[in-house]
Amino acid sequence: MIEVDHLIKSYGQARAVNDISFKVEKGEILGFLGPNGAGKTTTMRILTGYLPATAGTARIAGYDVFEQSMEVRKRIGYLPETPPLYPEMTVEAYLTFVARIKGVTASDISGRVEESMRLTNLTDRRKELIKRLSRGYKQRVGIAQAIVHNPDVVILDEPTVGLDPNQIKEVRNLIKGLSGEHTIILSTHILPEVEMTCDRVVIINKGRIAAIDTTDNLTRQLKGGERVQIQVRGDIATLRSKLEEVEGLIRIDLEPQEGSDLVTGSIESEEGKDLRARIASTVVHGGLDLLEIRAVGLSLEDIFMQLTTEEKAA
Amino acid sequence: MKGILAIYRREMSSYFVSPIAYIVIGFFLVITGYFFSNILSILIERSFMAQMQAQQMGAPPEMDVPSLVIRNFTGVIATLLLFLMPMLTMGSYAEERKRGTMEMLMTSPLTELQIVVGKFLALLSLFVLMLAPTLIYHLFMSFYSEPAMPWRIVWTGYLGIFLLGAVLLALGSFISSLTESQIVAGVITFVVFLLLWVLDLSVRSATSTTGEIFKYLSILQHYDTFAQGVIDTTSVVFYVSAVVLGLYLTHRTLESMRWRRA
Ligand SMILES: Nc1ncnc2c1ncn2[C@@H]1O[C@H](COP(=O)(O)OP(=O)(O)O)[C@@H](O)[C@H]1O
Ligand SMILES: [Mg+2]
Repeated sequence: MIEVDHLIKSYGQARAVNDISFKVEKGEILGFLGPNGAGKTTTMRILTGYLPATAGTARIAGYDVFEQSMEVRKRIGYLPETPPLYPEMTVEAYLTFVARIKGVTASDISGRVEESMRLTNLTDRRKELIKRLSRGYKQRVGIAQAIVHNPDVVILDEPTVGLDPNQIKEVRNLIKGLSGEHTIILSTHILPEVEMTCDRVVIINKGRIAAIDTTDNLTRQLKGGERVQIQVRGDIATLRSKLEEVEGLIRIDLEPQEGSDLVTGSIESEEGKDLRARIASTVVHGGLDLLEIRAVGLSLEDIFMQLTTEEKAA
Repeated sequence: MKGILAIYRREMSSYFVSPIAYIVIGFFLVITGYFFSNILSILIERSFMAQMQAQQMGAPPEMDVPSLVIRNFTGVIATLLLFLMPMLTMGSYAEERKRGTMEMLMTSPLTELQIVVGKFLALLSLFVLMLAPTLIYHLFMSFYSEPAMPWRIVWTGYLGIFLLGAVLLALGSFISSLTESQIVAGVITFVVFLLLWVLDLSVRSATSTTGEIFKYLSILQHYDTFAQGVIDTTSVVFYVSAVVLGLYLTHRTLESMRWRRA
């Protein structure tokens, strides 16, 4: 549904987004995780057609975000960092306006407005002026605005920032409820947020992608379990049987390299155990050539130092 | 077209929930009402004097009070607009930029042209709503008018004011599109309009060639012929071009906001 290919955005000399590529499948919730200034907003603005990329391409539902911007804009809902609200309008009038400019056909407008209010629990506030709503409600109006035209793709830039814990919980549930029908990208600098809402995560730092993985894998990696990457020359079955003798390993993924007798593997160990030395000696004593061994995920730690790893009331 | 209409409707409804439109229109009507009665009474007084003088001298009195009233009155409106229009235009883009709603408009399937035209038509409608009630003054005068009310001058005069106002609105909203602060936009617009006014005063007496050029460029100069009851094509073309230029520049500003390739 979303394909980002070697995207670059420069502001003068500085590169806010530096060669990032990723894909999002239909119905998926992708978390865009990174500290402030990582380039999350810039990437989202490129996807929504608000900013042009310096180089690279992005496609949404098969349409190029630059060349076919209008087609893309019909198919996306976008909640910028600050919800784009008109304080002097009522919730209903505002959503009706947004539905009109998003090109919803006249006969569908009231139904779509109704539906977006229902999904965001705003129905009983429909006649209220937006400026009288609390922050949490304003954020809901922002989300309602992003889904009122029933877009294929919903892009949410830090949707829970500035909310209190209860409101955060509500908004997260709301977002989860939207998945399936919509493909969603949400950005955040809070780790537990992606754990709770996203299927997959792109970790971005200083404009570059630091990791892409499923949320489960990433959190496992982060919550202790060490991962070791190896490359070995020799028979894959022998390697596996030798490794299985090592205590403390919880997962062994081995893959033969095509066209050679090389095997690459990713090995995960229990929390807090660095088993690189044990693995190395096991492989070598098993009569296999150990070509490479390294702990992965270490560089992620640096990034996570900057991320908020704990929930705190904003 | 649908996009233009959506923008237009939202703008129109937003004017009447904020106090600013009411204040500007109310102020405009009070001031114009005051000037109308003032001009009328001064001119009536003068025409009496002229009549008396004429009787003593034996020459026929010739003073067309209604025409003079209309001429002077539309002149007052034109000047007043320079001061009031900045208040109507200052927020039109600046406020959207500040609130972040501009980002929403620009990521919606709307063209920049639809946004610019929708907003301009809304401002123009607001202006007509502001102007229309002042026609009542002329209607009152027509009941007592002697010689008969020269309606032609009223219509051409108001056409001139309408065109002049359209230019000021286009210019003011262009300035508003350049900043995120409506106060800054308002002040700059006001200063620019003031300069136009000063320029106009200084070229009125000019005779040199450069003076003539400035005279042509002075937007208030073009207004004069309308007040004489004449629809001057050159002036109409001048005003319409000025509006188009203002809208074009606004359009460019919005485009550059999106495609700000740095
Ligand atoms: N309009 C701009 N001009 C210059 N630099 C910018 C602009 N917008 C963002 N940046 C820079 O680009 C980088 C990424 O910003 P942003 O995408 O907003 O990060 P995030 O949303 O992840 O916090 C930052 O270093 C920021 O200073
Ligand atoms: Mg951001």
